[in-house]
Amino acid sequence: MNIYVCIKQVPDTETKIKLNTDSSGIDTTGIKWIMSPYDEFAVEEALRLREKNPGSTVTVVSAGPLRVVETLRTALAMGADNAIHIDSPESADSYRVAKAIAAALKKEPQIDIVFAGKEAIDDGAAQVSQLVAEGLGIPYVTVVLNAEYSAGSVKCRREVEGGAIEVVTTPLPALIAAQKGLNEPRYASLPNIMKAKKKEVKVLKEADLGVSDADQKIRYKNFQLPPPKQAGKKIAGDPATQAKELARLLREEAKVI
Amino acid sequence: MAKVLVIAEQRDGRLKKTTFELLGASASAGNETHAILLGDGIQGLAAELAHYGAQTVHVANDPGLKHYTAEAYAQVIVSLAHALQPEVIVATHSPTGRDLMPKVAARLGVGLASDCVAASFEAGKLKVRRPLYAGKATAEVEFVGAGPQLATVRANALGIPKPDTSKSASIQNVTVALSGVKTTVSEVVQGQAGRPDVTEASIVISGGRSLKNAENFKILEETADVIGAAVGASRAAVDAGFRPHRDQVGQTGKVVSPNLYIACGISGAIQHLAGMRSSKVIVAINTDPEAPIFQVADYGIVGDLFAVAPALKDELKKLKEH
Ligand SMILES: Cc1cc2nc3c(=O)[nH]c(=O)nc-3n(C[C@H](O)[C@H](O)[C@H](O)COP(=O)(O)OP(=O)(O)OC[C@H]3O[C@@H](n4cnc5c(N)ncnc54)[C@H](O)[C@@H]3O)c2cc1C
Ligand SMILES: Nc1ncnc2c1ncn2[C@@H]1O[C@H](COP(=O)(O)O)[C@@H](O)[C@H]1O
Repeated sequence: MNIYVCIKQVPDTETKIKLNTDSSGIDTTGIKWIMSPYDEFAVEEALRLREKNPGSTVTVVSAGPLRVVETLRTALAMGADNAIHIDSPESADSYRVAKAIAAALKKEPQIDIVFAGKEAIDDGAAQVSQLVAEGLGIPYVTVVLNAEYSAGSVKCRREVEGGAIEVVTTPLPALIAAQKGLNEPRYASLPNIMKAKKKEVKVLKEADLGVSDADQKIRYKNFQLPPPKQAGKKIAGDPATQAKELARLLREEAKVI
Repeated sequence: MAKVLVIAEQRDGRLKKTTFELLGASASAGNETHAILLGDGIQGLAAELAHYGAQTVHVANDPGLKHYTAEAYAQVIVSLAHALQPEVIVATHSPTGRDLMPKVAARLGVGLASDCVAASFEAGKLKVRRPLYAGKATAEVEFVGAGPQLATVRANALGIPKPDTSKSASIQNVTVALSGVKTTVSEVVQGQAGRPDVTEASIVISGGRSLKNAENFKILEETADVIGAAVGASRAAVDAGFRPHRDQVGQTGKVVSPNLYIACGISGAIQHLAGMRSSKVIVAINTDPEAPIFQVADYGIVGDLFAVAPALKDELKKLKEH
């Protein structure tokens, strides 16, 4: 099988976000970059599918500035066979990124399945998976907790409203967007990390893929940090007094009960 | 004034209050407000949409729409969009809205601002702000190029308008001719009934590692049931198996912004704050006065949750009875 995985590089979850001087974006200096956590499930699922289907290859693809190559190497170290870096600007939106990924995958001889994360934890857009699938003209199933593969189709359990689980079957090729719980991602071993350093990463420019500024559909502006919280009220006393006072404040002052 | 199309959502034959939020925001800005309702046997719900501001309700009633699939729903919405030419299309950032709207955007060749936390209309244009870096920042979204503006809006971001039962809408039946739908839904396994979803509830009570086991969450569930709240959890509680992952609040769980968030025995790690800091009122109950959760709390109780939470349940019960 020809298996593809879309992975995004994002700031580590511990990152304290600072704005740049004109609030047109964030200050990226000193940020530690990681693979978006849901994409780790996507990579793991691809590797497991390859193990069950000998002769398969796993190709990881990431769009972004040069730094994303480091995250592609993390995926190679986990066990992916090939990596494609699409050189896109930092400010590229979901539409533009997805168009480039779909165009890059269309250059491949054959696609059997594409994995992605249910959302990237930086922009939380939850769009690129669906847009890539649409660009490839294949169905998608998102927020997937469990997938059973058979010849030519996948049966997925996906999370929907109110804790309900929907069982959806899709023919292949299809795109599957991973939710936490799909699997337990492996760690890269040291020898594999060393090997990954030597692997070749294919580079594609937006121009090679027919993508340009005209594909940018949204832009972010006027960034703001959340307003600092006023110091809250501490409620003193024994538990019964504290509870009583809290209930009173929630009703009379905050008016939320 | 703009022509606005609201994607209405229903579950088990009841309209969702998040749909009313979208209708209210559009109608109160004086827009020509349309709603589309999709499903099977849902005609009876159309009238209620009018009470919240829909002037025209497009009803797509078809057995093929009984279970949501992005393929079928997008086909219907895209063809209506071509006929109606709305300037704005909005949906809730619900499991359905977030799965569906990117497909609609792709088919229309336009941008989508997802998970917006603020939305208003200015001179016939939709103006939205959305969180980035899990709410550690927000930014305004500029739509570039022609075509309708598409957005999904987070539950509870806009507020539910007062219904006006004297209002009625023009009901338009949409002809549905589905083709090429490849995905099939064979089963929907229902979650626990009764308690609302963490992302939609107007009150969320969450517990952390300090609850010690799954059974102890009963303390929070009982309190939640008194005030119609959902029960959430920190990742530590989820990883320990006390709660399912669907209840996890935070950067790698659900992002919630209820009117009231009560954190019991949760330290307030940056990843947890990312999922709940936009809540309107935050209460923290924690034994450690230095716990970071107190920095975002409007009301803080330094104390043992095993003593405070049951007492709070009794107090809330008293309030509810009066
Ligand atoms: C990539 C990544 C993603 C993450 N995503 C998330 C996420 O989505 N959501 C999330 O929540 N976390 C997330 N985390 C984990 C996060 O860093 C914290 O580890 C986690 O939130 C801690 O959970 P906790 O507050 O329950 O536990 P702890 O940090 O152990 O805190 C327990 C708290 O309970 C208090 N306490 C103890 N006993 C009592 C008592 N009897 N009464 C009252 N208070 C008591 C203690 O003082 C302490 O403050 C993520 C971490 C990483 C690395
Ligand atoms: N720049 C990117 N390069 C590769 N894959 C991406 C990129 N952005 C998003 N994705 C994929 O799309 C998923 C959803 O991302 P998003 O739509 O940004 O929330 C991610 O989990 C990735 O699998």
